[in-house]
Amino acid sequence: MQPYKKVTGVVAPLDRVNVDTDQICPAVFLKRVERTGFGQFLFHSWRHLADGSLNPDFELNAPQFKDATVLVAGRNFGCGSSREHAVWALEDAGFRTVIAPSFAEIFHKNCFENGVCPVVLPEDQVDTILERASKPGYQLTVDLEACTVTDNQGLNVKFVTHQDLATHEFRRYTLLNGLDEIGLTLRQEAAITAYEERRARDFAYLARH
Amino acid sequence: MAPRTMFQKIWDEHVVHEEPGQPALLYVDLHLVHEVTSPQAFDGLKLNGRKVRRPDLTVATVDHNVPTTDRSLPIEDEVSRTQIDALTHNAKEFGVPYYDIFSGGQGIVHVIGPERGFTQPGKIVVCGDSHTSTHGALGAIGIAIGTTQVEHVLATQCIVQPKPRTMEIRVNGDLPRGVSAKDLILGIIGQIGIDGGTGYAVEYTGEAIRSLTMDGRMTVCNMSIEAGARIGMIAPDETTFAYLNGRAFVPKGDDWTKAVAYWKSLPADPGATYDKTVEIDAAKMVPFVTWGTNPGMVLPVTSRIPDPSSFPTPTEQAGARRVLEYMGLRAGQAIQDITVDKVFIGSCTNSRMEDLRAAAAVIKGKHVNPKVTALVVPGSAAIKLQAEAEGLHTVFTDAGFEWREAGCSMCLGMNPDILLPGERSASTSNRNFEGRQGKGGRTHLVGPEMAAAAAVAGHFVDIREWK
Repeated sequence: MQPYKKVTGVVAPLDRVNVDTDQICPAVFLKRVERTGFGQFLFHSWRHLADGSLNPDFELNAPQFKDATVLVAGRNFGCGSSREHAVWALEDAGFRTVIAPSFAEIFHKNCFENGVCPVVLPEDQVDTILERASKPGYQLTVDLEACTVTDNQGLNVKFVTHQDLATHEFRRYTLLNGLDEIGLTLRQEAAITAYEERRARDFAYLARH
Repeated sequence: MAPRTMFQKIWDEHVVHEEPGQPALLYVDLHLVHEVTSPQAFDGLKLNGRKVRRPDLTVATVDHNVPTTDRSLPIEDEVSRTQIDALTHNAKEFGVPYYDIFSGGQGIVHVIGPERGFTQPGKIVVCGDSHTSTHGALGAIGIAIGTTQVEHVLATQCIVQPKPRTMEIRVNGDLPRGVSAKDLILGIIGQIGIDGGTGYAVEYTGEAIRSLTMDGRMTVCNMSIEAGARIGMIAPDETTFAYLNGRAFVPKGDDWTKAVAYWKSLPADPGATYDKTVEIDAAKMVPFVTWGTNPGMVLPVTSRIPDPSSFPTPTEQAGARRVLEYMGLRAGQAIQDITVDKVFIGSCTNSRMEDLRAAAAVIKGKHVNPKVTALVVPGSAAIKLQAEAEGLHTVFTDAGFEWREAGCSMCLGMNPDILLPGERSASTSNRNFEGRQGKGGRTHLVGPEMAAAAAVAGHFVDIREWK
């Protein structure tokens, strides 16, 4: 997994709450058996009109956001389906940073698994960023080492990657180092084997029949 | 030892490794695998030369994108076929037990887990699907995971999990006549909001929950994620044991007796406390219909569509206007005046025997409105067989419903069962997100009786007045 340290980029504002993963990557596009190539499906139904042409009213279709790498949105971002394809679509479309007041749990976890940094900020600070991002050329910097979000208009705020501080610290560490969770868990091989032995002994009557 | 909640007991039993300030490593007793969220996980194993650690604790089936029409025909959609073939191949290569598309054990993962007795009280059950909370209905911890975590569980049989806080949702009193388990959970979501349960493991308690059948409990736990809670559970009791007894994969004989004794130790100790408690008055529950584009936008069937200007903030007003435009509804419109084009009875929320029996009782001797297309998709091949043995399929087909093979079907429109742009459904599924049942489709979530009645009437009706 690619480490996440410090990212400066154009910010795309999506001033909507409860953006669900069916919008981020519609189910009809979940049939691929690869992890790659999902960027083309990002917000597909919002991005396109019924005839397949680009929807001029969808905020992220504005040319100024073409090269955006930071997405900022309202609370409860990523609710609904557990599909990791939603994060794959964001990442493949160039977004390694998502800023929101809160994230739905499964999506939140899926971000960490893919080197995408969820930036949790209070609602008023997100509103400030949403407003500034609506003007062309707005950029900000997310520094995961310092846990700060800064811009050239005086914004300089601390953030967490998760509202639970222990989770925040742990995930900050895995993101900064690009750590693969399976690799970490396999270090506990002895503990897993010991658990399996104990469980088989104490709960023999529950073994699959 | 301090009094513990059921969640805490099961959690404690499954901790493999723990370090201060880090998420716990928990052991997984049952991993359910389906075709949509697993191919990339199996590829990851292959890439790293890893095996499935415990194929004996893993079960795979196809549900999300399988056609629900004649299965003797080849699957027309090549991409769907590729995904199904991938699971068939992966199950074989890695030695994972697999119910294929023709198997009598095939069905929606969250239906077959309990049905075949894989899901049991006290277990940790995971699946790459957000409705894994369903399994909590049996007194298990069901946790939804993403594809990277699927790979992690395949490789290690463990998950890395920060400990959630606990929430008790206590439903006092009895549900009134004509109010289903689906109405109860829709009412709960409407009350606590679609992110009200985020970060919590929910335990449902109270008289109304105790009175629910297992099928009803599964409907409630299933939609926990619609309130943001990844985990929803109900303490096991005699209803649970009676449901499990004799199922294919539950302990037998002496082992059954020992298992029941263990399961009886799982409910919360007297004095155990939750981080948060929400009280619900069952008597205030009514038949509900969702009117918007998330499951929290829910109203009694006797209501009218809200006026966007009545919402508190400009952002919410703009949001509500967008919702009404998408849904093709106007402020003040009576919900019972909303006509439907399609009716879907199915999904991991409402496709079990009792759901089908309840729907059949509503439509028996009646006929689907000529303007409505209605389909019933049983949750599993076994449920389909059982329903046919009870003659329910002829009740449905005589009334003009289509009677289908098991799968997720129109809940998420990955197979050919979809809404066309602008079409409106009464659906017993769990999500009314934009485009969920097909691009431009408009979904109203209801219980099975309400869906069946809407199919006959052609519009929503108050099931309490149905004759």
